[in-house]
Amino acid sequence: MTDRGELNPANTRADIEACEHRVLGALERAGYSEAARFAVRLSLEEALVNAFMHGHRGLPPSTPVHVQYTITPEAVRISITDQGPGFDPARVPDPTSDENLELPSGRGLMLMRAYMTSVHHEDHGRTLVMTYDRGHAERAQAEAS
Amino acid sequence: MPASESRLKVKREASIIEVGFRDRNILDEANIQQIGEEIKALLAAEAQPKLLINFADVDHLSSAALGQLITINNQIRALKGQLRLSNIDPQIFQVFVITKLNKLFEIHDSAEKARASFR
Repeated sequence: MTDRGELNPANTRADIEACEHRVLGALERAGYSEAARFAVRLSLEEALVNAFMHGHRGLPPSTPVHVQYTITPEAVRISITDQGPGFDPARVPDPTSDENLELPSGRGLMLMRAYMTSVHHEDHGRTLVMTYDRGHAERAQAEAS
Repeated sequence: MPASESRLKVKREASIIEVGFRDRNILDEANIQQIGEEIKALLAAEAQPKLLINFADVDHLSSAALGQLITINNQIRALKGQLRLSNIDPQIFQVFVITKLNKLFEIHDSAEKARASFR
């Protein structure tokens, strides 16, 4: 069973929540655990907020990002493409280093990397692709506990 | 929802200001900003404020909310006050661990323990 969808949320809380609701509903139907849904919800929230706050800086809030998702019982793949100028993800500073720990911003990308199985950028940073592999996540959880 | 409606539940006990949240999800940028402004106003009336932020009933927290907590921590430090956090859901506590903010904040399991920890 594969659940696929595309959405074009604008920078409003209602659009962001509708997007999260759709993806989380698909996860629930595919039998993902509460921990998995927490991970994906948090990552999707951070990815959307980053796309609007950084990617769409200076653009009207009505400018949508393009979200595509594919959910199977084994894995989740979500891509978010913004209409901004792109960026170099390698230049995002490490927010956990001593000199950055007290800076109020810069944690979104690291949270996505911590909660998802993989996170990478395409098209000069305009597209973020993240995956959640159920088997990988369950093995990691078993090892951690 | 009008912007003027408070996002906080505020309680005072002796010299301690205890703040809880009306929302289960602290994600919305405008709400996070409002929370920051409301707490800043509470702190402004105090000398060396003792602030306890109680996260009971909070299910989701974004990195923008973490950023707001850091700003509040910096404001309290500038006033030579003390900040404690309590009742953080285990899944959200994990977010603090990943971002290493559990080292920056003094976090307690319960509001009672947090209240008892003020000097």
